[in-house]
Amino acid sequence: MTPGLVLVFVLCLLFPLGVLAWRRFQSGESNLGLAAPFLIIGGTAIGVLVANATGFAGPEPWLDWQFVTSAHSRHPEEAGLYPAIIGSFFIMMVMAVFAFPVSIGAAIYLEEYAPSTGWRGRVVQLIQVNIANLAGVPSVVYGLLGLAIIARALRLGTGAVTTAAFTLGLLIMPITIISAQEAIRAVPDEHRQASYAMGASDWHTLRRVVLPEALPGILTGTILSLGRAIGETAPLIMIGAATTVYSPPTTLNDSVSAMPMQIFAWAGEFIADFRTGVLSAGVLTLLLAMLSMNAVAILIRNRYEQEQT
Amino acid sequence: MSNTDNSLIEFGVTGSETEQTPETGTLTEDTQSIISTRGLDVWYGDDHALQDVDMDIPKNRVTAIIGPSGCGKSTFLRCLNRMNDMVETARIEGEVRFNGTNVYDDDVDAIALRRQIGMVFQHPNPFPKSIYDNVAYGLRVQDKPVNDEIIETALRRAALWDEVEGQLDKSARDLSGGQQQRLCIARAIAVDPDVVLMDEPASALDPVATSKIEDLIEELAEEYTVVIVTHNMQQAARISDKTAVFLTGGKLAEFDDTQKIFENPESQRVEDYITGKFG
Ligand SMILES: Nc1ncnc2c1ncn2[C@@H]1O[C@H](COP(=O)(O)OP(=O)(O)O)[C@@H](O)[C@H]1O
Ligand SMILES: [Mg+2]
Repeated sequence: MTPGLVLVFVLCLLFPLGVLAWRRFQSGESNLGLAAPFLIIGGTAIGVLVANATGFAGPEPWLDWQFVTSAHSRHPEEAGLYPAIIGSFFIMMVMAVFAFPVSIGAAIYLEEYAPSTGWRGRVVQLIQVNIANLAGVPSVVYGLLGLAIIARALRLGTGAVTTAAFTLGLLIMPITIISAQEAIRAVPDEHRQASYAMGASDWHTLRRVVLPEALPGILTGTILSLGRAIGETAPLIMIGAATTVYSPPTTLNDSVSAMPMQIFAWAGEFIADFRTGVLSAGVLTLLLAMLSMNAVAILIRNRYEQEQT
Repeated sequence: MSNTDNSLIEFGVTGSETEQTPETGTLTEDTQSIISTRGLDVWYGDDHALQDVDMDIPKNRVTAIIGPSGCGKSTFLRCLNRMNDMVETARIEGEVRFNGTNVYDDDVDAIALRRQIGMVFQHPNPFPKSIYDNVAYGLRVQDKPVNDEIIETALRRAALWDEVEGQLDKSARDLSGGQQQRLCIARAIAVDPDVVLMDEPASALDPVATSKIEDLIEELAEEYTVVIVTHNMQQAARISDKTAVFLTGGKLAEFDDTQKIFENPESQRVEDYITGKFG
């Protein structure tokens, strides 16, 4: 690997994770889940070592500055992920703008306002169960939904940025709602009581007490679901997103590719260098993007937990 | 909102004009009552938690409410500032007159009411914000001006100023339990309410912190009406002017001058309770 890349890797991942693990270790808490990122990183490192030792072409000659700044090309050494990186970024942004307010609004309603008794309460319970079920629906089904409703019925266009963003947004919404609900539920009822007893309205209590306290949890959940969305491929295939585009999208109606789509395309290339080198570099880029998002989420949660004590 | 706000203030103090029945604890001396309940019943679902309570709470005095646990003390307190509105299963009948206005009338705004009747809870529950922001919370909620002077005054009245001076931006979570409870009192009185309700404010505290809170309550009575629930009879005897004894089933057994309740109660059951034969 290039020294710059190693530096980025250490700064973004190893360092915060190490700090976190050390604190956990000192506080005597057992947290097996913490081992997962280390397994991934360790596995990658061992893979790189083995590849080097056997003289096998690992990802290192391929993941470089040229790779992240240029588009796909017929020649493996000139091929890059740039349009797909920007495409993924575009999709994530549009998705965040649409899906997060809706999810957080839904979570607030379900936790703070929805009736819990009578027939209305039962309707709410039904909705709640459905959200949990939707979280388990395979992503390819969301792709079908996106194709039929968003691309066709709403005519937002096959493979367009908005279509992709709305489809992925629907996909992550159940998870985002559930995690936001958990964050809101974790705010002690005593604090709401204190606020109401001061003559605060529902809205005041929500804005000044509940949301500030739930925000770190909500943020953590939403970042984790962003991480899920950025790696999704099946729904993008269903809505007809391009596997390869040569320039990044400039408007929301442009046809777009995303990192996993481009990786998928490289896997089917005839030239072997695409399938070994370029593809590995793409996977590593995607993984880096995802892991650094997760690291940010872990850091936010960690800081929040420290403030609580 | 401002409409009902005014209606609560405009009504004169009329509580003591209501008809008097001896054993339900009407006033013997000529103090005005600020809150009067008449035929107050509360159900949680089918559970009858409070039965037919008539009580006149005197202005600028400390009224203690004692009784075995589960007898409805907290329920009674939470009726006075309509905190029971938030319990979905709760059903309330009867009247709670605050300065003559029934707070359960349709045109009374519970939010405006709670701005005049503050509350301190059993467990200290400061917000995870700075000390300053905790005290300022009520003022901000009510769109009243916030300045250092008001914050200082509230903290002084809550006897906390000397311990937190110069560190108002510290998190309220870093205070001790007793300090947190006094912070909650400062938060409640910063908005200058008429009445302060306290639900076993010292039950989670050590003896030193408890005696600080007790001293504080006696001082608060100079400016506010204090209604305090306690399961500690000595505490009630020490700090209150009037004492109400609730007995199991949510019935008000006796309500009179504290001295009378502790020295010469009317009913045998109250005497048994006071002398520790049950409860
Ligand atoms: N939110 C509630 N929902 C249902 N029942 C309640 C609730 N609060 C109190 N109760 C019941 O009402 C009765 C009186 O409770 P409470 O007023 O808390 O008593 P105390 O404060 O004297 O210990 C108890 O039987 C209790 O179980
Ligand atoms: Mg109680």
